Amino acid sequence: MTTTEKFRIIGTRPIRPDGIDKVTGRADYGADVHLPRMLHARLVRSPHAHAIIKSIDVSKALALPGVEAVVTAADFPDVNDERTGAGPGATTRRFLISNFIATDKALYYGHPVAAVAATDPHIAEDAIALIEVEYEVLDPVMTVERAMQPDSPILHPTMRTAEPMGAPKDAAEDKPTNIASHLQLAMGDVAAAWADCDIIVEDEFHTGTAHQGYIEPHTATALWNPDGSLVIYSSSQGIFQIVRDPLATILKIPSSRIRAIPMEIGGGFGGKNRLYCEPLAAILAQKTGRPVKLTMTREEVIQATGPTSGTYIRGKMGAKNDGTIVAAQFWMAYEAGAWPGSGVGGGANHAFGNYNIPNTLVDGYDVVVNRPRNAAYRAPGVPAPTFACESLIDELAERLDREPMDLRIQNASKQGDRRANGMVLPLSGNQEVMESLKNSAHYRSELTGSNTGRGVAMGFWHAGSGSHSINAVVNNDGTVSVNTGAVDIGGLRATEAMTVAEVLGIPYESIKVRVMDTDAIGYSTLTAGSGTASGTSASIYKVAKQIKERLIERAAKIWETDVANVTWEPDASLTGPASEDGKPKTMTFRQLASQLQGTGGPVSGHIDTGGATGGPTYAGHIVDVQVDTDTGKVTILRYTCVTDVGKAMHPSYVEGQLQGGAAQGIGMALTEEYFYDDKGVLRNASLLDYRMPTALDLPMIDTIVLEIPNPGHPMGVRGVGEIPIVPPMGAISNAIADAIGVRPRSLPATPRVLLDQILDRDGEKGVDAAS
Amino acid sequence: MSQRIIVNSNINGENIEFMADERDSLLEALRDRIGLTGVKEGCNNGNCGACAVIMDGRLVNSCCVMAAECQDASITTVEGLEKDGQLTTLQQTFLEDAALQCGICTPGFLVAATALLEFNPHPTEHEIRFWLAGNLCRCTGYDKIIRAVQHAAERA
Repeated sequence: MTTTEKFRIIGTRPIRPDGIDKVTGRADYGADVHLPRMLHARLVRSPHAHAIIKSIDVSKALALPGVEAVVTAADFPDVNDERTGAGPGATTRRFLISNFIATDKALYYGHPVAAVAATDPHIAEDAIALIEVEYEVLDPVMTVERAMQPDSPILHPTMRTAEPMGAPKDAAEDKPTNIASHLQLAMGDVAAAWADCDIIVEDEFHTGTAHQGYIEPHTATALWNPDGSLVIYSSSQGIFQIVRDPLATILKIPSSRIRAIPMEIGGGFGGKNRLYCEPLAAILAQKTGRPVKLTMTREEVIQATGPTSGTYIRGKMGAKNDGTIVAAQFWMAYEAGAWPGSGVGGGANHAFGNYNIPNTLVDGYDVVVNRPRNAAYRAPGVPAPTFACESLIDELAERLDREPMDLRIQNASKQGDRRANGMVLPLSGNQEVMESLKNSAHYRSELTGSNTGRGVAMGFWHAGSGSHSINAVVNNDGTVSVNTGAVDIGGLRATEAMTVAEVLGIPYESIKVRVMDTDAIGYSTLTAGSGTASGTSASIYKVAKQIKERLIERAAKIWETDVANVTWEPDASLTGPASEDGKPKTMTFRQLASQLQGTGGPVSGHIDTGGATGGPTYAGHIVDVQVDTDTGKVTILRYTCVTDVGKAMHPSYVEGQLQGGAAQGIGMALTEEYFYDDKGVLRNASLLDYRMPTALDLPMIDTIVLEIPNPGHPMGVRGVGEIPIVPPMGAISNAIADAIGVRPRSLPATPRVLLDQILDRDGEKGVDAAS
Repeated sequence: MSQRIIVNSNINGENIEFMADERDSLLEALRDRIGLTGVKEGCNNGNCGACAVIMDGRLVNSCCVMAAECQDASITTVEGLEKDGQLTTLQQTFLEDAALQCGICTPGFLVAATALLEFNPHPTEHEIRFWLAGNLCRCTGYDKIIRAVQHAAERA
């Protein structure tokens, strides 16, 4: 099939296979697991952001009737500095384990210190209050600026900065640091290029720590079998990559001894790419010999999981008077949380992605601070430098007196352009997105009202790829069962069933897709990075082709003819050689399916790899805002996302991804951030105080979907999950600047922050000065 | 140690006697004692609406109601929305309009929207947004949820 081929099913909007279960309450999510004799676990968490754990006394908790076990880090095997993993994901056992239970130090407010299992959740809650922990409180390090100062308190005495290409360290510099790594991406000669620029803009930008905000808290239930194998039910984005294999490393048991069962997952956005509950539930279950369920509270989810890095970015961009952008440079420091691994790599890799700039230099720093270890969050690391880049471009446009979209279009990257990371851009729709945005009804509409403004921003994400193990079998009633290993978070099974229906020509409703546990399917990549719908559909496309070929072979066998004499019709019937009456023999898919048992057994298809990439994806967002200059509150009046999606397999779910990602980006731009006090205590760990957009805060979010086929995918599909969160911060910031003449350089632009800027503009005292 | 209590309620049209811990919220009782796990916990303090149920004709967050308060109460959960095995119009429009992605907030939205349409069968977009502002969804940006409620109201 070529990407220009007309589709029959792909591009339609059928009801998702798991839909009825989800509107009737039947769908089983992680926390819905209930096993006989199951215990409930709760965690003791550190009230200090940075402290040495001197002692833990669990005796009173253990004495409470109903308490079956208490565990600490000491219950895990070999908490030491042995290296584990390889490549960029390599870490030490101490780092791996201390992220979910403190070893020698508490490294953030809410860091787990001990875990209790009891017969009832209320008893477990009572028990954690009885555990006495003695701390030696240390000064917390809450910002990257502080963490990078030479006199900053140190989180990890063993940490040294990993330099680009493993450059050797100067022995004299061999002292502890909070800078886990430094990376550099360079193209051309930025230092020399500034001299060629007629105009240079420079600015500093901050973005806040934000949480993915999935509505389902983390949960896991563990059960050990008498043969020493472990069954784990969890809500995770990857049953192999996130649950089974890391858990095997932590527990020091072979991965085949763990059966990870995927439950329905109530949102992830990258945040369910880490282990938190699973190892603790497992160790408590081992100690008690009973199943143990550990479900976080919302407060714990916000305190101790997720967040995306807060960032501090210094940016510089230069252009000629004719608008050609000649050079751009970022210095970026990302909060990693208490252990290395921020999104700084993603940020650097995607920086300036929408533009062809010959000279670029990005220096990125992964910096540990006393906050929870950050996890991936939708296009991890990319929204912040995009906000910086899109702000600088608007500043350039203003200085050059150019229309903002014209300047962007003039400098747009295109197929064949090389990026600083070495990537040569394949066919994709960057320029088409920009043109479409500029020609959209929204962009051409008149904006009225006081203190209103319009902003645009572009976005770039290079979607991931992965391996997917998939089995599909034809059932004797003419249905097809598809077994996959990729977790479905938001409609994946629909696209998988549609792919089979498309290739075979059988009804969509006759295909059943099931996500299997780790004993029942081969290793499959986690669901992340906009690589899953594209990756699994590319694989399933091949599986369905296999099935088609094998069914043709079977029909040929039944008709005692050569496969060349059998034709597969679009309606999935088969036509063979002429029968005695002169008419060709025919058989429906269902008739053939019903004969499989007697003619050689079942027919199935199988594939163990993917290889398809979700491809580069581009978007441009337009937003109209109104700023209340008395309060600093920003209202979103109108929002439009323009996106090249390659091919919208199920347009409703594509639109849904774009709308949902935009809404999260709006939250990052306006309301969402972690508030830590000067002692490092998180003061807004609830969904009231950590303010995500509600239905009342948003307008309808319009989507303009462009379909420029991804050449790396058999149906032209591009990944669309990440891209919509990339432009909103930049677009909203530009809209605010347009509305009130004040450019937010620190997001979220909360009423407090914006009002200060407005008062400053008007020569009045700010909120802080007045109070 | 806390006490166990016996509570009699009408849940989804059925008289049910259940034993609860005196500290149990209605949410805990529904999920852990009665097995109605369609009711979801998102925050346990009334901010997200995932545990919404209709209690004696009022939309409530079941995490903020004690099980002990439910003696003689009539409660409808997401499991009780279907009538005679048929999906309600709202359940149907949620499916057709793709008003869910991960689906964890869906039970709360369906219950809340059901209560809205009983109270106000033809709400404006603003009225829908205002009523549903107590339910958080992180996947959809609300657009398709609002449309599904509008479409259900149109069909009524």
